[in-house]
Amino acid sequence: MNLLDFFRRSKEPTVASQAKERLQIVLAHERSDRNSPDFLPALQKELLAVIKKYVPIDDEKVLVKLERESGCSMLEVNVELPTPAKGASKPVAAAS
Amino acid sequence: MAKIITMTSGKGGVGKTTSSAAFGTGLAMRGFKTCIIDFDVGLRNLDLIMGCERRVVFDFINVVNGEARLNQALIKDKRVENLFILPTSQTRDKDALTKEGVEKVLDELKKEFDYILCDSPAGIEKGALMALYFADHAIIVTNPEVSSVRDSDRILGVIQAKSRRAELGLEPVQEHLLLTRYDLDRVEKGEMLKVDDVLEILAIPLLGIIPESPAVLKASNVGMPVVLDDKSTAGMAYSDAVARFLGEKVEHRFLKPEKKGFFDRLLRRTA
Ligand SMILES: Nc1ncnc2c1ncn2[C@@H]1O[C@H](COP(=O)(O)OP(=O)(O)OP(=O)(O)O)[C@@H](O)[C@H]1O
Ligand SMILES: [Mg+2]
Repeated sequence: MNLLDFFRRSKEPTVASQAKERLQIVLAHERSDRNSPDFLPALQKELLAVIKKYVPIDDEKVLVKLERESGCSMLEVNVELPTPAKGASKPVAAAS
Repeated sequence: MAKIITMTSGKGGVGKTTSSAAFGTGLAMRGFKTCIIDFDVGLRNLDLIMGCERRVVFDFINVVNGEARLNQALIKDKRVENLFILPTSQTRDKDALTKEGVEKVLDELKKEFDYILCDSPAGIEKGALMALYFADHAIIVTNPEVSSVRDSDRILGVIQAKSRRAELGLEPVQEHLLLTRYDLDRVEKGEMLKVDDVLEILAIPLLGIIPESPAVLKASNVGMPVVLDDKSTAGMAYSDAVARFLGEKVEHRFLKPEKKGFFDRLLRRTA
């Protein structure tokens, strides 16, 4: 290795550092997926069905998330309701 | 109290069997009665690496199925006192194992042994799960390479969610990182992940770093666990790892390039 190589090396990111960076990104995703329990998708679907009985909402407007902190877990359910159209804010009839 | 150690990795071919043979032999050399079990049902190899392939009569699956007694299947090592091997079957597959069957054999072994070392098959499916389910310790064998590190992370997830300790809410399985096939030259050139990179990503305690070494292949050719080659860097690194496992403070060696003479360097450049 000559002096020139030495300087060049300190500037360009090495392949190893690219590997590290890519790993950190992909593992961050995979770890958060791993921590969500299997029942979440089903729970989300059923919640959506119940809410739809009363409010007309889109399928994407219910978000269910489980946050884990040391000591406790928190189930977060986010429901975005449609802005009521002026005048007619009649709830949909509950399916019988 | 007997302890169950599982050598696992997710990814195949990273050095689990090599490490099981070396580590188990190292524990026995320290005076602990040790049994190494081959969990790679259908792909028996531990017997070859340990050099006892011609002494296999009965195997792990025979014992699980009640076709042979444990004492008939255990092979006593001829070189090291206190060391036994429980080979696996070559004709059956992973479905021959059940948690109940494995537990029965492990319980019996626990009465006699200090350490039971399980050599896991690759993957994160049934075979690997059987090998890690009852573990007290898990040694994660990782190569400094992206897919191996990713798979190590996945197997850690399995250990934390699906092991017996996790399911019963007991003390978690103790995790240890064994970084193998560490090629110092390539790390120095920035071509390969460094120890610190892997440690930062996986965030589990470091048990040892096993250098890439021609001694490993040589040892496997003659059926000798490489730890018995106490002149080789890999052999020494494995005995250091055993010492650390037993609670001794041992510095990591072989992390700096050997001082090369002028001629060495000259030769290397032209090679
Ligand atoms: N430190 C090392 N230096 C050089 N070669 C090594 C080293 N460790 C392992 N090897 C080689 O890597 C190959 C795979 O090793 P081994 O069979 O132990 O892996 P494994 O994880 O058990 O594989 P499998 O997933 O198929 O069970 C073998 O050829 C072995 O000789
Ligand atoms: Mg193997």
